[in-house]
Amino acid sequence: MHEMSLCEGVRSVIEDAALANGFSSVSRVRLEIGRFAGVEKPAMAFAFDVVMRGSVAEGAALEMIDLPGRAMCYDCAKEVEIAHRLDDCPLCGGGKLMPMGGDEMRIKDLEVT
Amino acid sequence: MHFGQGPAGTEVPGMSQERLIALETDILAKNDRYAEGNRRVLGNLGAFAVNLVSSPGSGKTTLLCKTIEMLNARAGDAPLAVIEGDQQTANDAERIRATGARAVQVNTGKGCHLDGHMVGHAMEHLEIDPASYLFIENVGNLVCPAGFDLGEDCKVAILSVTEGEDKPLKYPDMFTVSEIALLNKVDLAPHCDVDLDLYEANLRRVNPGIRVLRLSARTGEGMQDWLDWLDQRLKAKQQSVQAAETPATETGPTETRSTETFPTETLGA
Repeated sequence: MHEMSLCEGVRSVIEDAALANGFSSVSRVRLEIGRFAGVEKPAMAFAFDVVMRGSVAEGAALEMIDLPGRAMCYDCAKEVEIAHRLDDCPLCGGGKLMPMGGDEMRIKDLEVT
Repeated sequence: MHFGQGPAGTEVPGMSQERLIALETDILAKNDRYAEGNRRVLGNLGAFAVNLVSSPGSGKTTLLCKTIEMLNARAGDAPLAVIEGDQQTANDAERIRATGARAVQVNTGKGCHLDGHMVGHAMEHLEIDPASYLFIENVGNLVCPAGFDLGEDCKVAILSVTEGEDKPLKYPDMFTVSEIALLNKVDLAPHCDVDLDLYEANLRRVNPGIRVLRLSARTGEGMQDWLDWLDQRLKAKQQSVQAAETPATETGPTETRSTETFPTETLGA
Protein backbone atom coordinates (compact mmCIF):
# COMPACT_ATOMS: atom_id res chain seq x y z
CA MET A 1 0.00 0.00 0.00
CA HIS A 2 2.63 2.54 1.02
CA GLU A 3 5.62 0.66 -0.36
CA MET A 4 6.56 3.70 -2.45
CA SER A 5 6.86 5.87 0.69
CA LEU A 6 8.82 3.13 2.42
CA CYS A 7 11.28 3.01 -0.45
CA GLU A 8 11.66 6.79 -0.27
CA GLY A 9 12.58 6.25 3.39
CA VAL A 10 15.12 3.61 2.36
CA ARG A 11 16.60 5.96 -0.23
CA SER A 12 16.91 8.78 2.24
CA VAL A 13 18.67 6.57 4.81
CA ILE A 14 21.04 5.22 2.14
CA GLU A 15 21.89 8.72 0.92
CA ASP A 16 22.69 9.83 4.47
CA ALA A 17 24.82 6.72 4.95
CA ALA A 18 26.66 7.42 1.67
CA LEU A 19 27.65 10.86 2.97
CA ALA A 20 28.66 9.51 6.36
CA ASN A 21 30.58 6.49 5.09
CA GLY A 22 31.88 7.78 1.77
CA PHE A 23 30.64 5.20 -0.70
CA SER A 24 29.35 5.92 -4.17
CA SER A 25 27.51 2.79 -5.18
CA VAL A 26 25.37 0.17 -3.45
CA SER A 27 25.14 -3.32 -4.92
CA ARG A 28 22.86 -4.96 -2.36
CA VAL A 29 20.37 -3.76 0.25
CA ARG A 30 19.09 -6.08 2.97
CA LEU A 31 15.86 -5.22 4.74
CA GLU A 32 14.29 -6.91 7.73
CA ILE A 33 10.51 -6.97 7.47
CA GLY A 34 8.24 -8.24 10.22
CA ARG A 35 5.36 -10.51 9.33
CA PHE A 36 2.84 -7.97 10.60
CA ALA A 37 4.46 -4.93 9.00
CA GLY A 38 1.90 -5.02 6.20
CA VAL A 39 4.58 -4.85 3.54
CA GLU A 40 3.69 -6.45 0.22
CA LYS A 41 7.00 -7.85 -0.96
CA PRO A 42 6.41 -7.80 -4.74
CA ALA A 43 5.16 -4.20 -4.46
CA MET A 44 8.23 -3.34 -2.37
CA ALA A 45 10.56 -4.88 -4.97
CA PHE A 46 8.86 -2.93 -7.74
CA ALA A 47 8.88 0.36 -5.83
CA PHE A 48 12.52 -0.18 -4.86
CA ASP A 49 13.67 -0.36 -8.49
CA VAL A 50 11.73 2.77 -9.37
CA VAL A 51 12.64 4.89 -6.34
CA MET A 52 16.38 4.05 -6.37
CA ARG A 53 16.80 5.35 -9.93
CA GLY A 54 19.31 8.19 -10.00
CA SER A 55 20.61 7.35 -6.51
CA VAL A 56 23.74 5.55 -5.34
CA ALA A 57 21.55 2.43 -5.00
CA GLU A 58 20.32 2.40 -8.61
CA GLY A 59 20.25 -1.20 -9.83
CA ALA A 60 21.07 -2.61 -6.37
CA ALA A 61 19.73 -6.06 -5.47
CA LEU A 62 17.05 -6.05 -2.80
CA GLU A 63 16.88 -8.81 -0.22
CA MET A 64 14.04 -9.01 2.29
CA ILE A 65 14.45 -11.06 5.45
CA ASP A 66 11.28 -12.13 7.28
CA LEU A 67 11.02 -11.55 11.01
CA PRO A 68 8.50 -13.60 13.00
CA GLY A 69 5.28 -12.23 14.49
CA ARG A 70 5.19 -12.11 18.29
CA ALA A 71 2.28 -11.40 20.57
CA MET A 72 1.35 -11.26 24.24
CA CYS A 73 -1.52 -13.55 25.15
CA TYR A 74 -3.95 -11.82 27.53
CA ASP A 75 -5.25 -15.18 28.71
CA CYS A 76 -2.06 -17.03 29.69
CA ALA A 77 0.15 -13.89 29.94
CA LYS A 78 2.95 -15.43 27.86
CA GLU A 79 4.74 -14.04 24.84
CA VAL A 80 4.22 -16.35 21.89
CA GLU A 81 5.20 -16.55 18.23
CA ILE A 82 2.34 -16.56 15.74
CA ALA A 83 2.32 -16.89 11.97
CA HIS A 84 -0.83 -14.90 11.24
CA ARG A 85 -2.27 -11.83 12.81
CA LEU A 86 -5.54 -13.49 13.89
CA ASP A 87 -4.10 -16.79 15.13
CA ASP A 88 -5.12 -18.06 18.55
CA CYS A 89 -2.53 -18.56 21.28
CA PRO A 90 -0.51 -21.71 20.47
CA LEU A 91 -0.14 -22.42 24.21
CA CYS A 92 -3.61 -21.93 25.67
CA GLY A 93 -5.85 -21.43 22.64
CA GLY A 94 -6.93 -17.97 23.81
CA GLY A 95 -8.05 -15.42 21.22
CA LYS A 96 -6.89 -12.18 22.90
CA LEU A 97 -3.42 -11.54 21.52
CA MET A 98 -1.66 -8.18 21.52
CA PRO A 99 1.12 -7.93 18.90
CA MET A 100 4.48 -7.26 20.57
CA GLY A 101 6.74 -7.60 17.55
CA GLY A 102 6.68 -8.39 13.89
CA ASP A 103 5.98 -4.86 12.71
CA GLU A 104 9.67 -4.14 12.13
CA MET A 105 10.79 -2.41 8.94
CA ARG A 106 14.54 -2.05 9.15
CA ILE A 107 17.44 -1.56 6.81
CA LYS A 108 19.84 -4.22 8.09
CA ASP A 109 22.90 -3.55 5.98
CA LEU A 110 24.28 -2.49 2.61
CA GLU A 111 26.90 -3.99 0.35
CA VAL A 112 28.75 -1.02 -1.11
CA THR A 113 31.61 -0.17 -3.43
CA MET B 1 39.11 -17.47 13.72
CA HIS B 2 36.88 -14.47 14.32
CA PHE B 3 34.36 -13.44 11.69
CA GLY B 4 32.98 -10.47 13.57
CA GLN B 5 35.98 -8.13 13.52
CA GLY B 6 35.58 -6.65 10.04
CA PRO B 7 34.03 -3.22 9.45
CA ALA B 8 30.56 -4.74 9.44
CA GLY B 9 31.04 -6.58 12.72
CA THR B 10 29.52 -9.67 11.20
CA GLU B 11 30.14 -12.23 8.51
CA VAL B 12 27.61 -12.86 5.78
CA PRO B 13 28.24 -15.68 3.30
CA GLY B 14 28.56 -14.33 -0.23
CA MET B 15 29.09 -10.74 0.87
CA SER B 16 32.46 -9.09 1.13
CA GLN B 17 32.92 -7.82 4.67
CA GLU B 18 35.00 -4.77 3.74
CA ARG B 19 32.14 -3.51 1.67
CA LEU B 20 29.32 -4.33 4.07
CA ILE B 21 27.86 -1.46 6.06
CA ALA B 22 25.60 -2.40 8.95
CA LEU B 23 22.84 0.17 9.38
CA GLU B 24 20.13 -1.42 11.55
CA THR B 25 18.05 1.66 10.93
CA ASP B 26 14.28 1.84 10.83
CA ILE B 27 13.02 2.61 7.35
CA LEU B 28 10.71 5.24 8.81
CA ALA B 29 13.42 6.71 11.04
CA LYS B 30 13.22 10.08 9.32
CA ASN B 31 9.48 10.26 9.83
CA ASP B 32 9.95 9.23 13.44
CA ARG B 33 12.39 12.09 13.95
CA TYR B 34 9.89 14.61 12.63
CA ALA B 35 7.18 13.02 14.78
CA GLU B 36 9.40 13.23 17.85
CA GLY B 37 9.99 16.92 17.11
CA ASN B 38 6.24 17.51 16.92
CA ARG B 39 5.75 15.58 20.16
CA ARG B 40 8.33 17.79 21.88
CA VAL B 41 6.62 20.99 20.70
CA LEU B 42 3.23 19.69 21.88
CA GLY B 43 4.73 18.53 25.16
CA ASN B 44 6.23 21.97 25.84
CA LEU B 45 2.84 23.55 25.20
CA GLY B 46 0.98 20.96 27.25
CA ALA B 47 -1.29 20.44 24.24
CA PHE B 48 -3.07 17.13 23.77
CA ALA B 49 -3.09 15.78 20.21
CA VAL B 50 -5.24 13.00 18.80
CA ASN B 51 -4.81 11.38 15.40
CA LEU B 52 -8.26 10.46 14.09
CA VAL B 53 -8.07 7.46 11.78
CA SER B 54 -10.74 5.52 9.91
CA SER B 55 -11.91 4.39 6.51
CA PRO B 56 -13.45 7.06 4.26
CA GLY B 57 -17.08 7.75 5.14
CA SER B 58 -17.03 6.71 8.79
CA GLY B 59 -18.09 10.21 9.79
CA LYS B 60 -14.79 11.64 11.04
CA THR B 61 -15.47 15.21 9.98
CA THR B 62 -19.07 15.21 11.23
CA LEU B 63 -17.85 13.80 14.55
CA LEU B 64 -15.18 16.46 14.74
CA CYS B 65 -17.63 19.29 13.95
CA LYS B 66 -19.99 18.01 16.65
CA THR B 67 -17.10 17.67 19.13
CA ILE B 68 -16.04 21.27 18.46
CA GLU B 69 -19.59 22.58 18.85
CA MET B 70 -19.94 20.81 22.17
CA LEU B 71 -16.52 21.98 23.40
CA ASN B 72 -17.34 25.55 22.34
CA ALA B 73 -20.63 25.40 24.21
CA ARG B 74 -18.88 24.53 27.46
CA ALA B 75 -17.73 27.68 29.17
CA GLY B 76 -14.01 27.99 29.79
CA ASP B 77 -13.05 24.92 27.82
CA ALA B 78 -9.62 24.52 26.28
CA PRO B 79 -8.81 26.14 22.92
CA LEU B 80 -8.43 23.83 19.95
CA ALA B 81 -7.07 23.59 16.44
CA VAL B 82 -7.54 21.14 13.60
CA ILE B 83 -5.32 19.66 10.90
CA GLU B 84 -7.31 18.12 8.06
CA GLY B 85 -5.72 15.54 5.80
CA ASP B 86 -7.21 14.57 2.43
CA GLN B 87 -5.82 13.70 -0.96
CA GLN B 88 -7.64 16.62 -2.59
CA THR B 89 -9.94 19.59 -1.82
CA ALA B 90 -10.21 21.91 1.17
CA ASN B 91 -13.83 20.89 1.82
CA ASP B 92 -13.20 19.43 5.25
CA ALA B 93 -11.17 22.37 6.55
CA GLU B 94 -13.98 24.67 5.39
CA ARG B 95 -16.52 22.57 7.30
CA ILE B 96 -14.34 22.83 10.41
CA ARG B 97 -13.82 26.59 10.00
CA ALA B 98 -17.60 27.00 9.79
CA THR B 99 -17.69 25.97 13.47
CA GLY B 100 -15.36 28.89 14.27
CA ALA B 101 -12.32 26.67 14.88
CA ARG B 102 -8.90 27.23 13.37
CA ALA B 103 -8.09 24.63 10.75
CA VAL B 104 -5.44 23.99 8.14
CA GLN B 105 -5.95 21.62 5.22
CA VAL B 106 -3.12 19.34 4.14
CA ASN B 107 -3.54 17.80 0.70
CA THR B 108 -1.40 14.74 0.24
CA GLY B 109 -1.88 14.49 -3.54
CA LYS B 110 -1.17 10.87 -4.36
CA GLY B 111 -0.13 10.14 -0.78
CA CYS B 112 -2.30 7.81 1.26
CA HIS B 113 -1.45 9.14 4.75
CA LEU B 114 -0.23 12.16 6.68
CA ASP B 115 3.38 12.04 7.85
CA GLY B 116 5.37 13.72 10.59
CA HIS B 117 6.85 16.32 8.26
CA MET B 118 3.47 17.47 6.90
CA VAL B 119 2.03 17.75 10.40
CA GLY B 120 5.05 19.72 11.62
CA HIS B 121 4.48 22.33 8.91
CA ALA B 122 0.76 22.41 9.59
CA MET B 123 1.47 23.01 13.28
CA GLU B 124 3.65 26.01 12.40
CA HIS B 125 0.76 27.47 10.40
CA LEU B 126 -1.71 26.96 13.22
CA GLU B 127 0.30 28.40 16.13
CA ILE B 128 -0.97 25.90 18.68
CA ASP B 129 -2.14 27.40 22.00
CA PRO B 130 -0.78 26.14 25.30
CA ALA B 131 -3.02 23.59 27.08
CA SER B 132 -5.14 23.14 23.97
CA TYR B 133 -6.48 20.26 21.92
CA LEU B 134 -5.02 19.44 18.52
CA PHE B 135 -7.24 17.25 16.38
CA ILE B 136 -5.51 15.68 13.39
CA GLU B 137 -7.96 14.13 10.95
CA ASN B 138 -5.93 11.69 8.90
CA VAL B 139 -6.62 10.65 5.32
CA GLY B 140 -9.52 8.18 5.22
CA ASN B 141 -7.60 4.92 4.94
CA LEU B 142 -7.49 1.96 7.31
CA VAL B 143 -4.06 0.76 6.21
CA CYS B 144 -1.20 3.22 5.80
CA PRO B 145 -1.83 5.82 8.54
CA ALA B 146 -1.31 3.03 11.11
CA GLY B 147 2.42 2.99 10.36
CA PHE B 148 3.19 6.72 10.42
CA ASP B 149 3.75 8.41 13.76
CA LEU B 150 2.76 12.08 13.65
CA GLY B 151 3.81 12.99 17.19
CA GLU B 152 0.28 12.61 18.52
CA ASP B 153 -0.57 11.46 22.05
CA CYS B 154 -2.77 8.69 20.73
CA LYS B 155 -4.67 7.40 17.76
CA VAL B 156 -8.44 7.31 17.88
CA ALA B 157 -10.13 4.90 15.47
CA ILE B 158 -13.61 5.67 14.22
CA LEU B 159 -15.69 2.77 13.00
CA SER B 160 -19.23 3.30 11.81
CA VAL B 161 -21.90 0.63 12.29
CA THR B 162 -22.60 0.49 8.55
CA GLU B 163 -19.13 -0.90 7.80
CA GLY B 164 -19.63 -4.49 8.99
CA GLU B 165 -18.69 -6.19 12.24
CA ASP B 166 -15.62 -7.88 10.77
CA LYS B 167 -13.87 -4.63 9.75
CA PRO B 168 -11.44 -4.86 12.69
CA LEU B 169 -10.51 -8.40 11.63
CA LYS B 170 -9.97 -7.39 8.01
CA TYR B 171 -7.86 -4.33 8.88
CA PRO B 172 -6.37 -5.21 12.26
CA ASP B 173 -3.36 -2.88 12.27
CA MET B 174 -5.25 0.36 12.63
CA PHE B 175 -7.32 -0.93 15.54
CA THR B 176 -4.25 -2.42 17.21
CA VAL B 177 -2.39 0.90 17.30
CA SER B 178 -5.43 2.88 18.48
CA GLU B 179 -6.05 3.50 22.16
CA ILE B 180 -9.76 4.05 21.79
CA ALA B 181 -12.38 3.19 19.18
CA LEU B 182 -15.47 5.29 18.59
CA LEU B 183 -18.30 3.14 17.27
CA ASN B 184 -20.13 5.85 15.34
CA LYS B 185 -23.61 6.12 13.78
CA VAL B 186 -25.22 3.90 16.45
CA ASP B 187 -28.53 5.64 15.60
CA LEU B 188 -28.45 3.67 12.33
CA ALA B 189 -27.88 0.30 14.01
CA PRO B 190 -31.57 -0.72 14.11
CA HIS B 191 -31.77 -0.24 10.32
CA CYS B 192 -28.60 -2.16 9.48
CA ASP B 193 -29.06 -5.60 11.07
CA VAL B 194 -25.80 -5.25 12.94
CA ASP B 195 -24.64 -6.64 16.25
CA LEU B 196 -22.91 -3.91 18.28
CA ASP B 197 -21.55 -6.45 20.77
CA LEU B 198 -19.90 -8.30 17.90
CA TYR B 199 -18.24 -5.03 16.80
CA GLU B 200 -16.79 -4.69 20.29
CA ALA B 201 -15.74 -8.34 20.48
CA ASN B 202 -13.89 -8.07 17.17
CA LEU B 203 -12.20 -4.85 18.23
CA ARG B 204 -10.95 -6.60 21.40
CA ARG B 205 -9.87 -9.61 19.37
CA VAL B 206 -7.28 -7.47 17.56
CA ASN B 207 -6.57 -5.18 20.53
CA PRO B 208 -7.50 -6.60 23.94
CA GLY B 209 -6.74 -3.29 25.62
CA ILE B 210 -8.81 -1.00 23.39
CA ARG B 211 -11.49 1.19 24.92
CA VAL B 212 -14.74 1.35 22.96
CA LEU B 213 -17.34 4.13 23.08
CA ARG B 214 -20.66 3.81 21.28
CA LEU B 215 -21.94 7.11 19.97
CA SER B 216 -23.70 9.02 17.25
CA ALA B 217 -22.31 12.35 16.09
CA ARG B 218 -25.67 13.06 14.42
CA THR B 219 -27.95 12.59 17.42
CA GLY B 220 -25.34 13.38 20.09
CA GLU B 221 -25.90 10.05 21.84
CA GLY B 222 -22.77 8.95 23.70
CA MET B 223 -20.87 12.11 22.75
CA GLN B 224 -20.57 13.21 26.37
CA ASP B 225 -18.46 10.13 27.20
CA TRP B 226 -16.08 11.07 24.38
CA LEU B 227 -15.83 14.65 25.63
CA ASP B 228 -15.20 13.41 29.17
CA TRP B 229 -12.43 11.17 27.88
CA LEU B 230 -10.82 14.12 26.03
CA ASP B 231 -11.11 16.30 29.11
CA GLN B 232 -9.51 13.66 31.30
CA ARG B 233 -6.65 13.06 28.89
CA LEU B 234 -5.89 16.78 28.48
CA LYS B 235 -5.73 17.15 32.27
CA ALA B 236 -3.49 14.10 32.54
CA LYS B 237 -1.17 15.64 29.96
CA GLN B 238 -1.03 18.91 31.94
CA GLN B 239 -0.09 16.97 35.05
CA SER B 240 2.65 15.03 33.29
CA VAL B 241 4.05 18.27 31.83
CA GLN B 242 4.05 19.91 35.27
CA ALA B 243 5.67 16.83 36.81
CA ALA B 244 8.41 16.96 34.18
CA GLU B 245 9.03 20.65 34.97
CA THR B 246 9.54 20.11 38.68
CA PRO B 247 13.18 19.84 39.77
CA ALA B 248 15.22 16.69 40.46
CA THR B 249 14.56 15.40 36.98
CA GLU B 250 17.15 13.81 34.80
CA THR B 251 15.37 14.18 31.52
CA GLY B 252 16.54 13.08 28.13
CA PRO B 253 16.03 9.31 27.89
CA THR B 254 13.89 9.62 24.78
CA GLU B 255 16.43 11.88 23.11
CA THR B 256 19.25 9.49 23.90
CA ARG B 257 17.26 6.65 22.46
CA SER B 258 16.50 8.45 19.22
CA THR B 259 20.14 9.31 18.57
CA GLU B 260 21.16 5.75 19.33
CA THR B 261 18.80 4.30 16.78
CA PHE B 262 19.73 6.89 14.20
CA PRO B 263 23.51 7.08 13.97
CA THR B 264 23.93 8.54 10.51
CA GLU B 265 20.91 10.80 10.45
CA THR B 266 21.09 14.34 9.15
CA LEU B 267 17.68 15.87 9.43
CA GLY B 268 16.59 17.91 6.43
CA ALA B 269 14.65 21.14 6.55
